Amino acid sequence: MVQHKNTDFETRSLDAVCVNESQLTHKWYHNIKYLVVGVLFGIVFVKSEVVSWFRIQEMFRLQSFHMYGIIGSAIVVGMISVWLIRKFNIKTIYGERIEFHPKTFNKGQIYGGLLFGLGWAITGACPGPLFAQIGTGATVIFVTLLSAIAGTWVYGLLRDRLPH
Amino acid sequence: MLEFLKQPWPWYIAGPLIGLTVPALLILGNKSFGISSSLRHICAACLPANISFFKYDWKKEAWNLFFVFGILIGGAVAIRLLSNPNPVEVNPKLAAELAGYGITNYDNLIPLDIMNWPALITLKGFLLMVVGGFLVGFGTRYAGGCTSGHAIMGLSTLQWPSLVATICFMVGGFIMANLILPHILAL
Repeated sequence: MVQHKNTDFETRSLDAVCVNESQLTHKWYHNIKYLVVGVLFGIVFVKSEVVSWFRIQEMFRLQSFHMYGIIGSAIVVGMISVWLIRKFNIKTIYGERIEFHPKTFNKGQIYGGLLFGLGWAITGACPGPLFAQIGTGATVIFVTLLSAIAGTWVYGLLRDRLPH
Repeated sequence: MLEFLKQPWPWYIAGPLIGLTVPALLILGNKSFGISSSLRHICAACLPANISFFKYDWKKEAWNLFFVFGILIGGAVAIRLLSNPNPVEVNPKLAAELAGYGITNYDNLIPLDIMNWPALITLKGFLLMVVGGFLVGFGTRYAGGCTSGHAIMGLSTLQWPSLVATICFMVGGFIMANLILPHILAL
């Protein structure tokens, strides 16, 4: 009998009961608020040059503090926010309890992490900046995005045969 | 004010704003900050091909697609309305190194000398844009997240697997930028 080991460490957040945390169902236009957050986020991305291929090259050559300052201060602000949410039991705007789910360790974080790192330094972009770069008019990056989608698809195809 | 906004924003303004995305998404609807999942949702929506990894109710995760589409629009807004008229300023050492590979155009956020449509059919362009993109998509999903999901959201919630992933991102990046990329750029 073949035992299927679950290697989908994210399904917990995708199709388990506690999925998507929010148990509420909303009409599609409720998603507009995420679009607005995305727009603001995209503006910050471009204006801080996080989406610049050149800034990523500087980062990986230790030639500038800029990217370290951005990622570092983003983490600090994120940590303080999460701490405040937990401490004061802050609810969502729909009055739901905010939930966090623990990530479990698997070797994919090492192998996949290294592979992503290689790709990050070549393209000068992680997934978020790819979208922002296309928005700035760098249309050829659409090909890079399609290739990234293909990479995700191939991972899904090979997942059971990869070490985790 | 507009003139002020048009300059490149310093890290101590941009970093905290990016960090605030974490509570914003949580408070707006219990969403965990993460961008690379959008690539998975696109696969699930467009080409699930009976692969179990893509068989889930992606519509429930549609918020993530709205979010990334917003990032794209944000990029367009920033470049139209708040564009910095000056080229990107980089470390002179990097500029000297890149000049050696014929990269001298700093007008865009991407190096137009090597990343453009005609370059796609060259080996260098193919490696930079197609192979690079593939590694980003494959690696982030294999790792279970990218800079946003692991480095920012994961570390904000003090998860050690995310620290492992983040360290591996950086190690991979250092290896590529310093040891492999010079050979690709020299092609």
